[in-house]
Amino acid sequence: MPENSTLETSRRAPASQQSQTIAAPANAQAIGGQVTLTIDGQEIKVPLGTTILDAARIVGAHIPTLCHHPDLCVAGVCRICSVEVEGMRTLQAACAFPVTAPIKVKTHTEKVRLARRHIVDLMLSDHYGECYTCRRNNNCELQSLAKEHGVDFFRFGHPEKPTHTIDTSSYSVVRDLNKCVLCRRCVRTCIDLQEVGTIEVVGRSDDSHIKPFMDKPLGEVVCINCGQCINRCPTGALHAQDNTDEVWAAIDNPKKHVVIQTAPSPRAAIGECFGLPAGTPMTFELNTALRRAGFDRVFDTNFTADLTILEEGTELLLRLKKALLLREPAAFPQFTSCSPGWVKYLEHFYPEYIPNLSTAKSPQQMFGAVLKTYYAEKHGIDPKDIVTVALMPCSAKKFECNRPEMDDSGFKDVDYGLTTRELAKMIRESGVNLPDMPKSDFDNPFGTATGSGVIFGATGGVMEAALRTVIELVCGVKVEDLFAHADIMPVRGFEGVRYIELPITAVGPVPDVLKHLFPSWEFLKGATLKVAVAHGTANAKKVMEDIKKGGQFSKCHFIEFMGCPGGCIGGGGQPIPTSPEIRAARAKAIYAEDAAYEIRKSHENPDVARIYSEFLTDGPCGHKSHELLHTHYTPRGKYID
Amino acid sequence: MLMTERDRVTNEIKALTDKLGHNRTSLVPILQDVKRKYHRIDSFAMQVIADELGIHPVEVHSVASFYSFLGDHVQGKYVIRLCRTISCDMQNKERVARQLENDLDISFGETTKDGKFTLEWANCMGMCDQGPALLVNDRVFTKVTPESVHEILQECRSAFGQHAAERKEVHLV
Amino acid sequence: MNTIPTFSSMTPEAGLKKAFGMTRPDIIAQINASGLKGRGGAGFPTGVKWNFAASAKADKKYIVCNADEGEPGTFKDRVILQEYADLVFEGMTIAAKAVGAKEGILFLRGEYTYLRPHLEAVLAKRREKKLLGKNVLSADIEFDIRIFMGAGAYICGEETALIECLEGFRGEPRNRPPFPVNTGFLDRPSVVNNVETLAWAACILQEGPEWFKSKGTEKSTGIKIFSISGDCERPGVYEFPLGITVADLLKKVGGTKARAVQIGGASGQCVPASEFQRCIAFEDIPTGGSVIVFGPQRDMLDVLHNFLEFFVDESCGQCTPCRLGNRKLLEGVEMLKAGTCSMAYLRELCALGESMQLSSKCGLGQSSPCAFLSVVKHFRDELMGRTNSLTHA
Repeated sequence: MPENSTLETSRRAPASQQSQTIAAPANAQAIGGQVTLTIDGQEIKVPLGTTILDAARIVGAHIPTLCHHPDLCVAGVCRICSVEVEGMRTLQAACAFPVTAPIKVKTHTEKVRLARRHIVDLMLSDHYGECYTCRRNNNCELQSLAKEHGVDFFRFGHPEKPTHTIDTSSYSVVRDLNKCVLCRRCVRTCIDLQEVGTIEVVGRSDDSHIKPFMDKPLGEVVCINCGQCINRCPTGALHAQDNTDEVWAAIDNPKKHVVIQTAPSPRAAIGECFGLPAGTPMTFELNTALRRAGFDRVFDTNFTADLTILEEGTELLLRLKKALLLREPAAFPQFTSCSPGWVKYLEHFYPEYIPNLSTAKSPQQMFGAVLKTYYAEKHGIDPKDIVTVALMPCSAKKFECNRPEMDDSGFKDVDYGLTTRELAKMIRESGVNLPDMPKSDFDNPFGTATGSGVIFGATGGVMEAALRTVIELVCGVKVEDLFAHADIMPVRGFEGVRYIELPITAVGPVPDVLKHLFPSWEFLKGATLKVAVAHGTANAKKVMEDIKKGGQFSKCHFIEFMGCPGGCIGGGGQPIPTSPEIRAARAKAIYAEDAAYEIRKSHENPDVARIYSEFLTDGPCGHKSHELLHTHYTPRGKYID
Repeated sequence: MLMTERDRVTNEIKALTDKLGHNRTSLVPILQDVKRKYHRIDSFAMQVIADELGIHPVEVHSVASFYSFLGDHVQGKYVIRLCRTISCDMQNKERVARQLENDLDISFGETTKDGKFTLEWANCMGMCDQGPALLVNDRVFTKVTPESVHEILQECRSAFGQHAAERKEVHLV
Repeated sequence: MNTIPTFSSMTPEAGLKKAFGMTRPDIIAQINASGLKGRGGAGFPTGVKWNFAASAKADKKYIVCNADEGEPGTFKDRVILQEYADLVFEGMTIAAKAVGAKEGILFLRGEYTYLRPHLEAVLAKRREKKLLGKNVLSADIEFDIRIFMGAGAYICGEETALIECLEGFRGEPRNRPPFPVNTGFLDRPSVVNNVETLAWAACILQEGPEWFKSKGTEKSTGIKIFSISGDCERPGVYEFPLGITVADLLKKVGGTKARAVQIGGASGQCVPASEFQRCIAFEDIPTGGSVIVFGPQRDMLDVLHNFLEFFVDESCGQCTPCRLGNRKLLEGVEMLKAGTCSMAYLRELCALGESMQLSSKCGLGQSSPCAFLSVVKHFRDELMGRTNSLTHA
């Protein structure tokens, strides 16, 4: 009697790691919809099913947590949030206990304090490493718990030797199981949130450890390098590869011309590493800090983001021409390719859809290729002496720049991808307090950026940028005429998957830069452009499965996919911690920056126009740009040896 | 038509999932069948199972590694599990253990070179009133003495020899 | 075979037929009136459990028979399944009728695989006799039972871990609430009952709740099946009314020389000779039926060592107190055996044991320190300052 239940396919994480919550009543105001409980003597009324933890937060009672994370389902495994509930024999995990009756809770009785202390002591007895030598020193939840619970000696001992070798096989993520406390946040991130399924708990009892499939090195299994696990690791067990030493060495080498490009998302988040609230943009302070640190030039990744829009947009128009005008088969929908996490996800799980992936490189890689060719030529610098560094919100960018095919300039296009966290460390090491820096601008010749490039950082941003350009270049109208302030609100927000239709009722003249490719836009007249946006690979999976089934999304023309929840602002290289509120604040900063730009559309960027007239003279998607700015992909599949 | 080993494993697992269901609820029964048949659940088999059930290979590995009777280690044709829990312990399971090691020339957790026998510890197997007890595959032996170890092994060996020519699986049920 | 006389005296299908002539609430009322409590050890009132599942609204409900008997020293379910399988299946069918379930699952531990052919044969026969299938007893009631084999994990005896295993996951206990009676197998209401509980349910339906209540104590009604092992003359399966004193029990099995008795398996408590007048009942010493007798020659630290090795191996490992706490207790026993444990550290370990009892996620971690704590309490003078592990007289 095999079970046939829809639950089976929708549910991925073990139920023990799932939120087994009581469904909230439809109407919380109805009789029985709310429940009154007492926490440390304070009465509070909450909707039925609210956890003790959430209720305690409302009354300002702090209950420590470790395995709990606002992005993830309940686990209830670390037990540090144990509280006393009157009438119950054992302590209850506040994070996992839904309130359905008028209970009395005490959050810090003697029993509770001792149990918590024991739990921390037990964790420390199984946690190898010294805080001084840990990347998470001062930003470690275990360290905070030890402090909070007054741990003054290792009551149950402390490991003197590491028991696991550190796994450095991945370009992006380093695993150090010696520091793992088995909170399983990474597992819930990888399986539930991202649905990649790289790591799980393997083994049983005190022999259980978080491992990739068959305990293989991370670099050899199906991992998309998104680094979301890093962002949710409470300790130093998961961290990104660190390339700061190599970058310092390049800076210290007088022969090397070290240039850095900075992406918008780290600029909206790096302030968090310096004690500023989330969503404080540091773009221009950062420019000064980077120069002081010793970078020779500071460029804005927005430049190549604009370039990407031109290349990717043209590619889309060419596919449309092929399908609508020439009546030839073309791969639709076209997928964006700027998120390296998403790209690797597709290569593993949907390799048959590689033709749908835009061949345009990501802005990071385009910049590398342009710097070691156009820029080198223009400034008479030998490209072999140029070291290109990219500040990215992303751990997957480290893998991306190490892809063997990314050498179209004749050199490794991008030498190092640094995460926001690594760069914050470099800035601190250079004795600079970022918020104190005076503002300064980016260097030329890529100094002009547009608002379209900035919003690449938030989910929906690439789509919005592309739409702004396509609307103007094709329809011959101002975006502002269709959307107030050129803010295309339907593509914004944090909903996992968004879908928009844009009827093309009228067409304008073909702009000069595209004339050799399109004699006229007549073939688009009357068509309806269907686009969609998905962020986080779990959502990407939903869309891809729909496409496979021939559903709504298979009719789309263009889909933006971002590997990380929230897009780049929620990237795996961003400051820790992360939460929906933090990501929303960073997104707000990005949209504010966009609104402040004078030029807000990629095709209006004069530096972009210049590179097409000076260097990429055969235009977007021309021969030269194909050579430098486009790439190919590797069907990897799910099976590994 | 000659099939490669992988094709054979894939087809067999597909047949198994067709029979037991393509749902996660079938995972443990599938793993049990694969283990019974191949005496191990290897990396490739786990990936095929994951594919068939629409889950990730590491989830299959995770589940297999949780249960004592599953796991990815190779086992012999006869898995001997000696109970080590209290009642059997008090009835001299140590001597039986020693004799098993002597007669098979392996330690607990190991498999004989010919791939016939694997020696493992088991936790309480519900034969506490008749200990020491051991399981040979699915068959239970009670009140085992160091002397009777030899007989038990002989029985397995002869059963193996008899069936080996027919290339059939042997189950002592 | 006549191992359990009360079960042997039952008339096949008598209880089932009675139940099928009753309304659902009436069946549950009978169970409630009998005072039957879960025979697996936790002692939750069976009628209450059935009533929760009966009143839950769902498209499907499940009756799960927990035959994952793994508690050290317990083997009565094996005997019940070998000799009285029909009675168990009858109990499941009655439960199904009471809660409105169409599917029953017997979760049989992997170590009992050899019982499966017999059980399948019993099920086949019941299907033939229309005691299972589309129209049970020609009534408009559908119910069938399948067997699911465990794969070697003690923790699957915990009902939510068992459900996880059924669903194809690691056998890791879930957070409660919600409870399986509301959100169980595949999120449907599920009754998980021990083998013995279901057998008694069938008996109660046949003989009536008063018959059941006439045995045992007021709070612990009825007869209990015991698994007796260890240093006694007649180990085996016994039926005794609940409330029996340890001393009386030992007399019956020929274990009067015992220095201590472990009641309730490794996760139960260690009762020293000085407390043999205590009763085995939910209100005093609760048990799932396991009684392990320790003769005068036994070193209680060896016993403890064995128990803790068991828990260190069988903890599921998800929650901190159980995963690491049992390891620390085991190391502590090793230190005691080696004579290297300070009194201060022993106190620390006892405090840890109490924290584990309070803060572990499930019954395993909540009860695994019991043996440690009771041995330290009752045999303290034998524990400290050892020069080697064999010095005990």
